[in-house]
Amino acid sequence: MTQVATDRFGAFGGRYVPETLVPALDALEIALAEAVADPAFERELTYLLETYVGRPSPLSDAPALSARIGASVWLKREDLNHTGAHKINNALAQALLAKRMGKRRIIAETGAGQHGVATATVCARLGLECVVYMGEEDMRRQELNVFRMRLMGATVVPVTAGTRTLKDATSEAIRDWVATCEDSHYIIGSVVGPAPYPRMVRDFQAIIGREARAQMLQRAGRLPNVVVACVGGGSNAMGIFHAFVGDPSVRLVGVEAAGEGLESGRHSASLSKGVPGVLHGTLSYLLQDADGQVHPAHSISAGLDYPGVGPEHSFLRDSGRAEYVSVTDGAALHGFQLLSRLEGIIPALETSHAVAWLAEQAGRFPADDAILLCVSGRGDKDVGQVSTMLDLEGKA
Amino acid sequence: MGSASATISSEPVLTERLRTLRAAGRRALVCYVTAGHPDADASLRLLRELPEAGADVLEVGVPFSDPLADGPIIQGSSQEALAQGVTLGRSLDLIAEAKSSAPVVLFSYLNPLIAAGPEVLQRAHAAGVSGVLVTDLPVGADPAREAWLGSGPLEFVRLVAPTTPAERMAEIARHGRGFVYLISRLGVTGVHQGVAATLPETITRLRGVCELPICVGFGISSPAQAREVGALADGIVVGSALVQAAGVGGVDAALALVRGLRAALDEVAG
Ligand SMILES: Cc1ncc(COP(=O)(O)O)c(C=O)c1O
Repeated sequence: MTQVATDRFGAFGGRYVPETLVPALDALEIALAEAVADPAFERELTYLLETYVGRPSPLSDAPALSARIGASVWLKREDLNHTGAHKINNALAQALLAKRMGKRRIIAETGAGQHGVATATVCARLGLECVVYMGEEDMRRQELNVFRMRLMGATVVPVTAGTRTLKDATSEAIRDWVATCEDSHYIIGSVVGPAPYPRMVRDFQAIIGREARAQMLQRAGRLPNVVVACVGGGSNAMGIFHAFVGDPSVRLVGVEAAGEGLESGRHSASLSKGVPGVLHGTLSYLLQDADGQVHPAHSISAGLDYPGVGPEHSFLRDSGRAEYVSVTDGAALHGFQLLSRLEGIIPALETSHAVAWLAEQAGRFPADDAILLCVSGRGDKDVGQVSTMLDLEGKA
Repeated sequence: MGSASATISSEPVLTERLRTLRAAGRRALVCYVTAGHPDADASLRLLRELPEAGADVLEVGVPFSDPLADGPIIQGSSQEALAQGVTLGRSLDLIAEAKSSAPVVLFSYLNPLIAAGPEVLQRAHAAGVSGVLVTDLPVGADPAREAWLGSGPLEFVRLVAPTTPAERMAEIARHGRGFVYLISRLGVTGVHQGVAATLPETITRLRGVCELPICVGFGISSPAQAREVGALADGIVVGSALVQAAGVGGVDAALALVRGLRAALDEVAG
């Protein structure tokens, strides 16, 4: 019988979907359980993660940034994965799962284009058809990623409804899946959506934290005092947090996008400013008005520009296990430059939010603290956008 | 009003309307309109005049910013209504003002209902709403909220999809009130030609486990489809085609469409 009510994080999560999708989610749940219990699935996934994605990703020390912050900073380098972000960990695992389920057509949504590129990539590798929904506004902001997806054979469908960003791309991807769930699999790009997606995506991203925890113990000889990651939907953050949730000494910090400021009404800080509500199949903190209409999000970074957030983050917030902070567009631009200058690592604009929060904390940590920062992706995709915003020569 | 309710029956309005139709061998014509679309005046006229054109039940859509289960036509109508400030509260005002002679089912996504608070069902009832249907709350998804919706003053209509297995159909039928809304095809709302090839078989399966009247919706727009589906089910739901007619041709075009569907449906009897 159906398990629709069970998969929750406290009060959050669930399966708030049209009836048509309930059997598809049931089937996914069963296929997932069978796959993770099958050593052959694990073997194939590990093989591809090592030989195709390039895992394990390194843990870098960051001498100049550490000096600036006044504590030792360690960088978990998801930017060095094939396709340049953590997104491929999940895309690859779900694509293998889809293949097991006999589904030859993959649907995905994308904001920054990183999840779309990761999905197009694994579909090319595994010989699957790939359709990516992307808001028209984001296609403009992330032109190069659109080209990359098309180069690898994906169909990129522009979404012109609503805000023309990630929120509407996700709605459109779900609409596709409602019509095609019998032969298509929907690869959601973050720890959002109806159960079992938030847990499944977290488990596929948890390799980040598993590796980082072992690397910290080996390299620093200790657990970090603080783990920090940016939060859009929250997959890189859940991925790195998960291995540390059971370590009470480790402080978990998620950094949301404050856009033009938390009081401006133009931000993406669902956990700081939202109210629990239902969007895209899950109950979680949500930017919405008093009538329950979803409030458009804003962020300089397309990958954080989403009015909802993964339900497990809502649970970690309310239970106090993790804390959620936010930084503005301007601060993120500063973080973008800071990591580039100090460490020779150009971070994604999403990641730059976590960097910026850390920069704001300079001098506030005990000197012997160790801080682990998730570099969720590299900034190559953003240099065009940032270069039009910054006059580097004028500032040099 | 013609139907001077001297009846002392405590049977809920929606259930009674469908039972009466069934007893008379007539098929139910359920008409969906988006509240406040194309504008508030037209919306009021539709609610008042659709019953005379042949509607037995009205479904009134609450405009929502992110209508996941809807295709471009109803998405567009929701956007237009929202741009005119029509949300749940205004929708209820319109229903109250219209005093339609047909039972009204409020058709909503869950979030606006949650945001409106627990008293919203009483408010809706006071406004003249008889039933409620929630697109993104499948049976078993949230027992507490389902209990809230099901134990209040409104009849909680549930949906069955072509993908729903037989045991789950039975579970849905047990929870449903008024009628069961059978989604005719995979996909979102919209205007389609023809009828899904799987529909007769789906209806047969559902009949086997369901005593409630079955109304079939999603994609039904023409008299030919009305005849074909009317021969199989207890009623049909017309949505996108009606919204499109109202948007393009105004109230009169919408009423003309409904008259055509009524005539076609009345050719099916027994
Ligand atoms: C590099 C990078 N980091 C972070 C995100 C935000 O997603 P999440 O919060 O799921 O990690 C994105 C999304 O596109 C991204 O591309």
